[in-house]
Amino acid sequence: MALLIRHGDIVADDWVRLDAEFDTAAPLPPGKLLVPLCLWNARRAELVARDQPVGIWLASSEHPEAIVDALEDIALVAIDFPVFSDGRGYSYARVLRDTWGFAGELRAIGDVQRDQIFLMKRCGFDSFQIRADRDPTDALAGLEEFSLVYQSATVDPLPPLLQREVRRGA
Amino acid sequence: MYRYDEHDQRMLDERVRQYRGQTERFLRGELSEAEFRALRLRNGLYVQRLAPMLRIAIPYGMLASRQLRQLAHIARHFDKGYAHFTTRQNVQFNWPRLEEVPDILAELASVQMHSIQTSGNCIRNTTADQFSGVAPDEVEDARPYCELIRQWSTFHPEFNYLPRKFKIAVCGSVADRAVVRVHDIGLVIVRDAGGATGFEVIVGGGLGRTPMIGTTIREFLPAPELLGYLEAILRVYNQFGRRDHLFKSRIKILVKALGADEFRARVEREWETTRRTVPPLTAAQIERARSYFTAPPYEDIDAAACAGALAAARATSRAFDRWLQRNVGAHRVPGYAIVTLSLKRTGIAPGDVTDRQLELVADLADAYSFGEVRVTHEQNLVLADVPQPRLFELWEAVRAAGLATPNIGMLTDIICCPGGDLCSLANAKSIPVAEAIQRRFDDLDYLHDLGDIDLNISGCMNACGHHHVAQIGILGVDKKGEEFYQISLGGNQGTDAALGTILGPSFAQEDMPEVIGRILDLYVAERHGDESFLETYRRIGIEPFRKAVYGASH
Repeated sequence: MALLIRHGDIVADDWVRLDAEFDTAAPLPPGKLLVPLCLWNARRAELVARDQPVGIWLASSEHPEAIVDALEDIALVAIDFPVFSDGRGYSYARVLRDTWGFAGELRAIGDVQRDQIFLMKRCGFDSFQIRADRDPTDALAGLEEFSLVYQSATVDPLPPLLQREVRRGA
Repeated sequence: MYRYDEHDQRMLDERVRQYRGQTERFLRGELSEAEFRALRLRNGLYVQRLAPMLRIAIPYGMLASRQLRQLAHIARHFDKGYAHFTTRQNVQFNWPRLEEVPDILAELASVQMHSIQTSGNCIRNTTADQFSGVAPDEVEDARPYCELIRQWSTFHPEFNYLPRKFKIAVCGSVADRAVVRVHDIGLVIVRDAGGATGFEVIVGGGLGRTPMIGTTIREFLPAPELLGYLEAILRVYNQFGRRDHLFKSRIKILVKALGADEFRARVEREWETTRRTVPPLTAAQIERARSYFTAPPYEDIDAAACAGALAAARATSRAFDRWLQRNVGAHRVPGYAIVTLSLKRTGIAPGDVTDRQLELVADLADAYSFGEVRVTHEQNLVLADVPQPRLFELWEAVRAAGLATPNIGMLTDIICCPGGDLCSLANAKSIPVAEAIQRRFDDLDYLHDLGDIDLNISGCMNACGHHHVAQIGILGVDKKGEEFYQISLGGNQGTDAALGTILGPSFAQEDMPEVIGRILDLYVAERHGDESFLETYRRIGIEPFRKAVYGASH
């Protein structure tokens, strides 16, 4: 089972991810299923009726608006970063959290590494599937790169630096 | 100017540590070339034609004398003894070693300077009018808002991997000296009928391959709402800006594709969220930012007496008179003046300064201008608070340092990118063209008679030399491996910003001074009274210039 950073710890990933090529007519495997958007759209009723949690993963070209009416039925949304330079997922996360109030697990998958996850966490991601060829223990240090921040975000909406007083004699 | 407290300093120190770690991981082979490229690029480190280039931010153009001395130190110890001021209120070193960059960053951090987000697809250094706080035509000082934008945009978690780079400029005056209409976002400080401060918000301007004048999407944004509204604009861009094609990924392309109305509607929709999640700027926050940009302790100076003394000095020295005319501007406080130091001396690459000049300017800033210097997007330096009775002695000192060329705003005050001599993106050299033009037109009487003319040179269509908004714009182009130069006329920066029109077929480098000469001759022949070049051009159009340059058969 692959390792995952979740809520700041390294844990085993207990979800089964079905890829985008999964035959939409094939029988569903057992377990917690993380399904592509096309499978969700094709078999939503069946996925919800199972007694196991279900999640949806989105490609970076799939805007989360496509799942806004699904958020009550799912426990996990994963957003794929095909390459680290494709930053759409940072805004998708904030829309999911801030605009639509999604409170389930929000996972970054794909080209996810140490140098991005401090930022991702602030946008509302709470789990990270570190790229397979990288050490998740090393990546964990990325969550601690900075001890303070300048601006509001999904996590830490009112950081102390926004509340600084006028300095005397300034 | 803004001074870091222990929190700002800690964040910067942590950044230096992070970048040092990234460099070490790269040198150990734990980061690939491509991965490290993305990390170094958002830290201003390019790998150029001959060596790496490190770009350092000068937030909204403000420098303290101790920062200038530190730049001089870095130029001496890590570079070849000089630095280059860019067209976006940054400074560049052209010869640092990649392994030493973390040490340079530590030296910079010790004087509250950095390279954060000076390159890469993120929010770049916010630029401003270089005369902020001292201009007579100012509505309100732009710098406190620039500092608030600096803090908001520094390591913004959502906007570090945008489709493309993103540039914001702020102007607080009636005249636009920050070229706000050719930025991704331009902000102009305005007042509403009740006297409240706000911003006109202009989006989607830009130069480069597809130059465009920006569109106003909001006439009046109340100042406290600034950051929430910026966040809404950036969120629309980050989600919907094109990522499939490098040349179509700036926000201007998105604004054009959607149309201004649809773009505005999307921003307003996102704003419903961001005005809730981004706390409005509080009075205390704005007051804190303003507290760093209060007026220095000006002395009471008898302005009338100064005017008499200056007139007498001008009468005795023609050179001083010229310098006053071109390089010294009106200040909002009687008895003070704004002095621009020209980095456009013939034979020196525009914007280049030596370590010794940096130190001298630092000394002059301490002696004459409350220890502060400003950097302009025209690649000059400014002493913003000079007492008029001391102008003559300042002029003598500046002249001795080679920084008193009386050409500000004139033909030879050329904005020029580093070009093919240094930059790996360039199609053609730009510095030798600037020098050839400066050498050809070296008669000061002639230049002063020509008056205000912007001549800008870019070595490629990325347009770092702002050639589109020059009255005479020069663009280096590559034709089958040979360097040629295309001329455009009639561009303008400022409130009535305009893009130039291409004159016609391009020219070889050696022909450029002659071609510019024909353009100027036509202007001199056609002008009415004291009409400027731009006024004449706007009256007669481009056709007479085409005839003058290419002949009747063009």
